[in-house]
Amino acid sequence: MLRLTCPYCGAAADETELTPGGEAHLTRHGPGSSDEAFEGYLFLRKNPYGVHFERWRHAHGCGKWFHAARDTRSLQVFGTYSAQVTRPPQDIIDRIAATHPGFDWEAGQ
Amino acid sequence: MSFRLETGGRLIDRGAPRRFAFDGVECTGFAGDTLAAALLANDHMMVGRSFKYHRPRGLVASGVEEPNALVGLGIGGRFEPNQRATMTELFDGLVAESQNRFPSLAFDVGAVNARLARFLPAGFYYKTFLWPRAFWKHVYEPVIRQSAGLGQAPTETDPDAYEHFHAHVDLLVIGGGIAGLQAALSAAQSGAQVLLIEQTAHWGGRAPVDGVIVDGMPAGAWVAQTVAALQAMDNVHLRLRMQGTGVFDHGYVLAHERLTDHAPDAPGPRHRLWKIRAQQIVTATGAIERPLAFPGNDVPGVMLASAMRDYVVNWAVAPGRRTVVVTNNDDAYRTALALLDAGLEVPAILDARDAADGPLPQQARARGIPVRTGRAVVKVKGTTRVKGVGIGNAGGIGLATDTIACDAVAMSGGWSPVVHLWSHCGGKLTWDNTHAMFRPDPDRAPTGADGQPFVHVAGSANGALHATDCLDDAARAAVAAAAALGHQITAQPPRADAPAEAPMQPVWVMPGRASPAQRMKMFLDYQNDVKVSDVQLAAREGYESVEHTKRYTTLGMATDQGKLSNINGLAILADSLGAEIPQVGTTTFRPPYTPLTFGAIAGEARGDLFQPVRKTPMHDWHTEQGAVFEPVGQWRRPYAYPRKGESRAQAVQREVSNTRENVGLLDASTLGKLLVTGPDAAEFLDRVYTNMMSTLKPGRCRYGLMCSENGFLMDDGVVARLSEDSFLCHTTSGGAEHVHAHLEEWLQTEWWDLKVHVINLTEQFAQVAVVGPKARVLLDRLGGMDLSREALSFMGWVEGELAGIPARVYRISFSGELSFEVAVPAGQGRAFWDACLDAGADLGVAPYGTEALHIMRAEKGFIMIGDETDGTVIPQDLGLDWAVSKKKADFIGKRAQERVHMTDPDRWKLVGLETLDGSVLPDGAYAVDDGLNANGQCNTQGRVTSTYHSPTLGRGIAMGLVRHGPDRMGEVLNFMRTDGRTQPARIVSPVFYDPEGEKQNV
Repeated sequence: MLRLTCPYCGAAADETELTPGGEAHLTRHGPGSSDEAFEGYLFLRKNPYGVHFERWRHAHGCGKWFHAARDTRSLQVFGTYSAQVTRPPQDIIDRIAATHPGFDWEAGQ
Repeated sequence: MSFRLETGGRLIDRGAPRRFAFDGVECTGFAGDTLAAALLANDHMMVGRSFKYHRPRGLVASGVEEPNALVGLGIGGRFEPNQRATMTELFDGLVAESQNRFPSLAFDVGAVNARLARFLPAGFYYKTFLWPRAFWKHVYEPVIRQSAGLGQAPTETDPDAYEHFHAHVDLLVIGGGIAGLQAALSAAQSGAQVLLIEQTAHWGGRAPVDGVIVDGMPAGAWVAQTVAALQAMDNVHLRLRMQGTGVFDHGYVLAHERLTDHAPDAPGPRHRLWKIRAQQIVTATGAIERPLAFPGNDVPGVMLASAMRDYVVNWAVAPGRRTVVVTNNDDAYRTALALLDAGLEVPAILDARDAADGPLPQQARARGIPVRTGRAVVKVKGTTRVKGVGIGNAGGIGLATDTIACDAVAMSGGWSPVVHLWSHCGGKLTWDNTHAMFRPDPDRAPTGADGQPFVHVAGSANGALHATDCLDDAARAAVAAAAALGHQITAQPPRADAPAEAPMQPVWVMPGRASPAQRMKMFLDYQNDVKVSDVQLAAREGYESVEHTKRYTTLGMATDQGKLSNINGLAILADSLGAEIPQVGTTTFRPPYTPLTFGAIAGEARGDLFQPVRKTPMHDWHTEQGAVFEPVGQWRRPYAYPRKGESRAQAVQREVSNTRENVGLLDASTLGKLLVTGPDAAEFLDRVYTNMMSTLKPGRCRYGLMCSENGFLMDDGVVARLSEDSFLCHTTSGGAEHVHAHLEEWLQTEWWDLKVHVINLTEQFAQVAVVGPKARVLLDRLGGMDLSREALSFMGWVEGELAGIPARVYRISFSGELSFEVAVPAGQGRAFWDACLDAGADLGVAPYGTEALHIMRAEKGFIMIGDETDGTVIPQDLGLDWAVSKKKADFIGKRAQERVHMTDPDRWKLVGLETLDGSVLPDGAYAVDDGLNANGQCNTQGRVTSTYHSPTLGRGIAMGLVRHGPDRMGEVLNFMRTDGRTQPARIVSPVFYDPEGEKQNV
């Protein structure tokens, strides 16, 4: 069971205290978008064995949604951060690059 | 025969006899016995029958790995099947029964399977029961069910208590043998909080049995001294009878503590499930001896050499008077010596190796035991117990050159480290050629949240099988764990002395070139009856993956999960495939290490504590009136209020009629009430509802639909605009939390620029629907508010006081009647309810439940979330296009509803249905169409979504979704009934009652 620290209230929360929200940093495609773009937004998800950016909600705590960057293979957590950003903070990207040389966030988008 | 020795037994108290019953026969043992030891002491050599062939089976092991001695334990509510006799501590009054035999252990009908063994190879069921398909349900399934399953499920409620316990520690040490004790002692000196747990009732593990000398004293004395030292440390906690069950992400460990299994009359919970967060973990889980695969290695009396040593030394029980030892290593010689020490005979040690010249073999020879190298057991005589063994060349074809009479066989095929806990969370293994075993690969440890290893392995679990290496290894693990915790310690482990051991030699099949017939008697998985021949057959049939072979042969799939012989099995698979063992690899180690009870998993969450029950302020009144409740989410809502002599159905019909003719009260407090407030509240609601909410005027209400982003209808309810920047959104009773979370998600993660907040007020208000032609009369009598048609028109709301209670009155109707929903502060809900009943007594006021509510809404053609919707239905399917805004540029679900499949004219749409004879259509029934689908089933063209008997109309009414339904009014469809016949019904308007809406507008 994972333990993630909520960036809002600071609690180190067990996974059972959180609800998962899937992949983070999706761009919403609404009316007027192409079928392809909408399909990608609504259905297609990354499922990497490695670095992943996820949405979590501290549902049984402060109620806030946040993002987590972690490695699904090693279970290393690079950090948690606000859900109200469109790009991970630079310090987290740097931390990932330290263990995953050549890591390029933009290229993964 | 097996029997109790006159002297010895380090764990038993001969002054404390314990009486117990096995298969109804009274037996006696001693305090300190395990059930296994006590059974052996009473000459119960045979303790069960195997699962598939019903072969007689005896004890093989002395610990958690025991595959055969599974018993039904206890009686009544305390009965438990499949309990390992080796892990069951004896107490006065223990009742046990053998399993998988009928009618008795000695005479078993199922044993005929053993004679059919030739016809029951691996994959038998897959191959045999495939065809004909028509036989699946009525021929094969009953037969398979009859023979499937091990033990009987208990039938009564478990009277014992169980609990969960959370612990946070710096270091968790799992395993209380000398390695675990040493690791805990070393690490504790750093000041770290240490929890040391041991699955058995005793500290010290194997070392005291094996005669190890630690720090110049017998291991037992060193163990006692070390435990005392640990107990004296404030930062160390020690628990016996507690097993590390599984290691999970980020140092989360489940441990299962058995508190009163050995003392059933003791107070307190029986089991405790520990949920431990450990910064670092040391697993000192020891090693398990492997059997040798020789023909007849499952006859009762054939036992692991180490287990036999345990029985003799720990419990003074001898499995036999004359024991032949068969081995491929030096360690088994300890058993021969222990047997001699106990005054028992060892007519021979058969060593598969060509030479045996280490100190232990020399000692055995010096004490007069014939040591025969290069030799093997090629036959075991006896069926229900060993009578002798045939001896042949270890590498030969299985011809016996001579036989030895004996009544027990001690076997040792080497040792396998217990790597389960290391592996659970991703630790990888490496093949150790010297000891022919997999051991943890220190370079590929499980890693934690910081990306660093958090599990360290100590002692024989790490492959340090020899006592001297074991303590050094434990100290190393302690230093590593302490360093990870930020402590620098230097560990000076005491010296452990034990005779040196010569290398073992892997022996996977004994004898090496055994005939096919002999390989059919070489058992690998005792519990599931998997033999060497089965694994070889699987390989011949093309199974190359060890995971597939496991499932095909069931090797390692029994309750012992292959602790004894998985390595043997995969070595044989590797040999059959011509591959190396490391290339074949192991199957996946999954938690739990050994089975834990459902009681422990459930903990306190049972009965009334299973989940919280939500009650409205009027709940007690409903109960007093004898209401029948139904669960709605976690709420309990009255389904109906049957009166004396009334059936439920009659009560429902009466409630409907009374509400339509007089006035009814519905406890609607459970409706979700979300307050949405802020300068952007109107804009936000325009985005989350399909219809326009920003045009709603304060003081007015509007019915709204909420869809998910994939377009499907999710929830509905009435929205009241309280002020320019404030809305009260009603949700379904079961939907409040889910809808609240949905709104929060969009506000927090997509539209965080909107200035809006959402508060769930559901429990702040009690809500009463006052419904029926006399509703206004009743409310007028309460006094305080003008609720006339002019003052409060349909779909309006007003605030004021009724009967002196602050009230908000919504004029909305879910029944088609004149209807007021009155919200009052929750604390005054009961008072308001009582006031309504008092004021309306002569008006015929009566409460109605959810079933009457359902019927009335169906009579009006109103949809219900969860009946007309199932997560695949869009508003347009339900004729609710009017509630889906065409003006708005966007709302959640809008884009999805533009998808081709959503605009398909063939989608099933809402209609009313009525049977030709007035009967009630079966719920969920499908309307059949012409032709058959690819599976030979009838094509369908619609289904029933709601169906009731309408007391108002005196006949059955239903709603359903039908292809092109609204264009097919008057057409008759045939609906499939569960009895295989069809029921015709006509497509009609879904509004059965008062289609003009005159009744609600008075």
